[in-house]
Amino acid sequence: MHDFTPIPALIGGILIGLAATLLLVGSGRVAGVSGILGGLLVPTDGDRRWRALFFMGLLVAGAVAAWLAPESIGASPRSLPMLVIAGLLVGAGTRIGNGCTSGHGVCGLSRLSPRSFASTLTFIAVGMITAYLVGSFGGEP
Amino acid sequence: MTKAQARLLVALLTGLVFGAGLVISGMTQPVKVLGFLDVTRRFDASLMLVMVGAIGVHFLGHRWAKRRSAPLFDERFQVPTRRDIDTRLIVGALLFGAGWGLGGYCPGPAIVSLPGGGLSALTFVSAMVVGMFATAKLEHHASPER
Repeated sequence: MHDFTPIPALIGGILIGLAATLLLVGSGRVAGVSGILGGLLVPTDGDRRWRALFFMGLLVAGAVAAWLAPESIGASPRSLPMLVIAGLLVGAGTRIGNGCTSGHGVCGLSRLSPRSFASTLTFIAVGMITAYLVGSFGGEP
Repeated sequence: MTKAQARLLVALLTGLVFGAGLVISGMTQPVKVLGFLDVTRRFDASLMLVMVGAIGVHFLGHRWAKRRSAPLFDERFQVPTRRDIDTRLIVGALLFGAGWGLGGYCPGPAIVSLPGGGLSALTFVSAMVVGMFATAKLEHHASPER
């Protein structure tokens, strides 16, 4: 199951790029998931409704996928206590570093932002080291 | 339809297409993400092609969008313009990377996985929301003018 799937990966990636372009052309906003969620939880500007609708779109897509192709939504192989720590780190890190895989990785790299290059290189490198260490010593199957 | 309504529709459509892209690309399966990050076991390069597809399209889309003086339904673009690499940026990326490599979830796929991902996605997203809130509170406490 977890083997290289180049064609769906490329098609999915193209859709993500189109979505980011739609939001930029239509509303002038960056499609960064952590930033949009952050602004919904801790309001920074007046309008929270568009943020809520963006999340509704993500959730509807996920619900349709879970209904039509349940195998497309997988659980994490990590234990629940590990996922609590992972979630806290991702929440804090994206807030402190102003973005995640979408905001820095997709949108920022597309605009050739030096900040996003630095961020993306850092989180991919640390993600690789962490995944290796947890896979080796984390007691996972 | 007013411009404000058009922006709401754009946001909903963006979420739907973005979510569909994450599902189709396989990124809502944390084992595929961990298969990319852990290069020493069953390496799965799919995530790299997701990035190639997304950045390839948005590199062109972004250049096309910025030819306009303003977006279609708002008065100005609200895109970050900072170019300095500071400690906060790197510390944030370090913490985020550690959480990503630990759980196999980043924010987008985790949220899309909420309806069908069971306790795994729910646990991660709940903790992520707590992490965002706590960080915002601490930052506000440290420098209230931010």
